[in-house]
Amino acid sequence: MKWYFKLILPALFIVAWEIAAILINNSYVLPRVWDTLVVFTTPFADLFGCGSLIDNSLISIYRVSLGFIITCIIAVPLGILLGRYQVLEDFSDGLIQILRPIPPMAWVPLSLAWFGIGLASIEFIIVIGCIFPILVNTIDGVKRVKKSWIETARIYQAREWQVLSKVIVPAAAPAIWSGLRVGFGIAWMSVVAAEMLPGTTQGLGYLIMYTYNWGQVQMVIAGMIAIGIIGIVMDQFFQYVQKRKFGWEALDK
Amino acid sequence: MTDYDKIWVRVKHVTKKFATRKGEVTALEDVNLEIHDGQFVCLLGPSGCGKTTLLRMIGGLDVPTSGTITIDGKVVDGPSPKMTMVFQEYSLYPWRTVAENVGFGLEMNGVPFEERRAEVMKELKLVGLENFADSYPYELSGGMRQRAAVARALATDPAVMLMDEPFGALDAQTRNKMQRELLNIWQETKKTILFVTHSVDEAVYLADKIVVLTPRPGTVHEIDEIDLPRPRDRTSVEFAQIRKNILHIIEELETGNQNI
Repeated sequence: MKWYFKLILPALFIVAWEIAAILINNSYVLPRVWDTLVVFTTPFADLFGCGSLIDNSLISIYRVSLGFIITCIIAVPLGILLGRYQVLEDFSDGLIQILRPIPPMAWVPLSLAWFGIGLASIEFIIVIGCIFPILVNTIDGVKRVKKSWIETARIYQAREWQVLSKVIVPAAAPAIWSGLRVGFGIAWMSVVAAEMLPGTTQGLGYLIMYTYNWGQVQMVIAGMIAIGIIGIVMDQFFQYVQKRKFGWEALDK
Repeated sequence: MTDYDKIWVRVKHVTKKFATRKGEVTALEDVNLEIHDGQFVCLLGPSGCGKTTLLRMIGGLDVPTSGTITIDGKVVDGPSPKMTMVFQEYSLYPWRTVAENVGFGLEMNGVPFEERRAEVMKELKLVGLENFADSYPYELSGGMRQRAAVARALATDPAVMLMDEPFGALDAQTRNKMQRELLNIWQETKKTILFVTHSVDEAVYLADKIVVLTPRPGTVHEIDEIDLPRPRDRTSVEFAQIRKNILHIIEELETGNQNI
């Protein structure tokens, strides 16, 4: 497939947007394409007093990274333990299954009650959002480690910590990594959503709410595009590492 | 040198039962077996006769329901450093290079890197993979992977090597080649080998002693000593005669079982 094949549909989408904008002829509903793109030509300029596109992007990236790293530190070791020791999984499975389907936004009231308005609340929402895909993928990856790999280690007198560190973790790493990829995607959505809550004063979620209140829909859409681009770049990073580091998974057939 | 009087593995009245949804299944019943130093023993039987179960119990990966297994006089209660095992396939770690795989056992035992590397290269040379030390398992053919698995099993210098249908997934030509090479390695290293197979041809080609297991419940039925000189000629009359005898025994066992 030629590289530009993937660009055909986005191009058509932009054309449709432009046609719709001309027909609607109301920039409060749908601005013209160029008016929106022009926002990106001044990424460091203050947008109606809510800070620049770059500043708000950086603050969102900082928030999501913090929450994501906290989650990894909790969920990956926990997932390895739950995947390795069936009794622990049986013990905790009920709670995980109950909490898992609750969307991160449903935690907002409790989060505000417990942590108040501010960074702690946002981080809590991010952690709640991405902990389950990371945990569940890690558990699953550990459980699917080939029995013969573990038995081989036992044959060579591996101690339990060696089985964990030399066999289970590297064998489950591709599954854990894809859990991180999914988890980061959700974390990114959660941070933007959390930033739209009242009381926030920074971030891309805040930017799109704030500029909307000023009727600057082209800035809203520019903010959305920035959210999309950062999401794609992060996802590409995860995919790149997957191919480079865990290529053996696809090749080992 | 080999000391035929020394008995490495002793299996005494071993019975193994598994709990299944349909109730208890007896996989092995009252199995008795002795393996002497330097012997090449083949455990021969149809699929599902419990030969792998027996091998796993000797290797310390499974526990007998009753009876005892001893290695060098000591009761087996887990994998012993005196033994290693070669599995049928997919036991190499795909995230490790061939050299890292072969050195795995030494690494687990805390052998330092430099020492490990020297030992690994020695074993790779023995199995003819010295030029593939830094390749990954998925870059190798099936036969080469099993050679690497054999090298890994030899690296920790065990007395007994357990092999669970190691060439079962290979094509016939590669398989014959691997059998020849395994015999060379065995003669060079003087290891004691217990080799599980369902191929009569393979057993007659390789073994000093063939142990025939009956279908479920598996029990040792016939122990045949093969004293054909090596290398054995698969097309010779003597070879054909032994193969015929063993096939006959197996056939009788199967029809006998059906009559029960």
